[in-house]
Amino acid sequence: MSFILQVSNLVKSFGSLTAVRDVSFEIRQGTCFGLLGPNGAGKTTTIEMMEGIKTPDAGTIMYQGEALGTQFRNEAGIMFQNTALQDFITVREIMIQFSRFYPDTASIDELAEQFALHDFLDQDTRKLSGGQKQRLLLAMALINKPKIMFLDEPTTGLDPQSRRNLWRQVQQVKEEGATILLTTHYMEEAYELCDEIAIMDHGRIIAHDAPDALLAAHFDDVVVQIQAADIPRDIGEREFQAIYRNDSAHIVTGDVNRTIEHLLHLDIPLNHLRIRARNLEDLFLELTGKELRG
Amino acid sequence: MWNRIYALFVARNLEFIRDRSSLAWSVLLPILIIFVFAYAFTEENPEKFKVGIIAGGALEGAAAEFGNTRFVKFIEFAEVESSLSKVERHQIDLLFDPNTNRYWINQTSPNGYIVEKLLIAAYANFGEALQQILVEGDEIRYIDWVIPGVIGMNIMWGALFGIGYVIVRYRKFGVLKRLRATPVSAIEFLAAQILSRLWLMIAVNVVIFVGMDFVLDFRMHGSYLNLFLVFMLGSINLICCGLLVAARVSSEEVANGVLNLFSWPMMFLSGVWFSLEGAHPAMQKFALLLPLTHVTAAAREIMIDGAGLVQISDHLLVLGISSVILLIIGARIFQWE
Repeated sequence: MSFILQVSNLVKSFGSLTAVRDVSFEIRQGTCFGLLGPNGAGKTTTIEMMEGIKTPDAGTIMYQGEALGTQFRNEAGIMFQNTALQDFITVREIMIQFSRFYPDTASIDELAEQFALHDFLDQDTRKLSGGQKQRLLLAMALINKPKIMFLDEPTTGLDPQSRRNLWRQVQQVKEEGATILLTTHYMEEAYELCDEIAIMDHGRIIAHDAPDALLAAHFDDVVVQIQAADIPRDIGEREFQAIYRNDSAHIVTGDVNRTIEHLLHLDIPLNHLRIRARNLEDLFLELTGKELRG
Repeated sequence: MWNRIYALFVARNLEFIRDRSSLAWSVLLPILIIFVFAYAFTEENPEKFKVGIIAGGALEGAAAEFGNTRFVKFIEFAEVESSLSKVERHQIDLLFDPNTNRYWINQTSPNGYIVEKLLIAAYANFGEALQQILVEGDEIRYIDWVIPGVIGMNIMWGALFGIGYVIVRYRKFGVLKRLRATPVSAIEFLAAQILSRLWLMIAVNVVIFVGMDFVLDFRMHGSYLNLFLVFMLGSINLICCGLLVAARVSSEEVANGVLNLFSWPMMFLSGVWFSLEGAHPAMQKFALLLPLTHVTAAAREIMIDGAGLVQISDHLLVLGISSVILLIIGARIFQWE
């Protein structure tokens, strides 16, 4: 599979702050690539350089083997984290306006159908709900039948149901053959949608692979989760090196039987016990020592 | 390219037309101002008569007695030639040169007739002879004089704030960023903004002009086409000023301040409300730097004197050349973010 986008040694600073430090990666055609990291990790700056919105201080970005130019602008679909639209314009009018920017465009009716825009096509864009607006922005990003799509935290601020709907629509776009670059700080979202992920922290990529491969490479243990109220903190930390998060105590173990025996031996109630595989959230914590959404 | 410009042009037009409050304001404000000046300021002045006096030392004898007449405003002028038009247009009732005992009067001016009687009476007491010279010309009401400036001022507000403020708002809220992610170029975006604002301002001001002319029947001695050209060129120039302000600023507060810095001096120093003839020479020179001075002066020359393109070519040249310079600078320093 060939690379549609190649990023080499990107650097970007704002005054004394270096937001992106020597970042390099490649995106395969037809895949979904996730750029993960906490707020301030440098993912939005990286994606905006790839979109041609910001100019890198150093490094190169190649789209289909060439520097970003007219072909890229015509073939890229972009959905920003926050986008304001012109005032007093309806959904239909903004779709028509954007369709006039490109030489080859999708049918507005079909996009309206696909993203359930019909009910508010003639409504002022300022009066849309959060979910409606995200659907419109996604439809706008698809108006030019893009070969590559950039989705910068597309589900931030959405309720769980709207988020799942948007995931379904992104999956559909991917199935139709578009390459997707997604930034998110929702691990579940990355796991659900991405074929490959790169984790960023302090402007650098600190891990890069398929989600399952990354988890397999870093973990051969599981997490035993007990309600925090059931295991006193001093015992949990001393006997199991447990990590207390919210209302739970997390015990990482490579031998579940022995851990449970030890818990029973200490008379710890196991009514709320859960055993789960390690996830991307754990991976991030392991790699950076930080909560992803912190 | 034209498709993209057209798309942005249509969107901006819709935004302007649907923003009812600002549309109403841009039409009603100049009408309100014109009516205020047409009626409220044509008041009964206690100094009912205005006499121009050619300077030449202290007045003596009959001239001094005439100069002491109460309720007559005496305005000093340096020379006869440049002051005669004021008698022709009824801006002063009589022009008197005490150095030669000659006076100029417009026979169609009722005030001139009365002031002449006062002058003759003053001289009769001293037995000195006077020489009457008649001039011709229609009365210029203040409203005839102020209309070109008010239209120019309306264009100025519309151009500076309609372009400058809108682009800054687009930048602040990320509309420009979204457009940048499309094949739209900076030049296409700016061209669409200029064209949209230009046609909307021309349309609004044509409506105001025609409507006001219907009600007030103001003086129009020149060519409508020439007047249209002046307002068009003036609009382009002022739009380019707005573009320059909006090229980089992303804060509405800063834009507001800078736009006010541009507009208020023009409002008062461009000769819109009062003539700058008697003003300090430095102020007169400064006024020549302001585009609205040239728009107002050129429009006034066309409407009041019936001037042709040759007579106003200096104003057109200044407006044209500075528009090109402003546009080039604005486009070069323009930033999407």
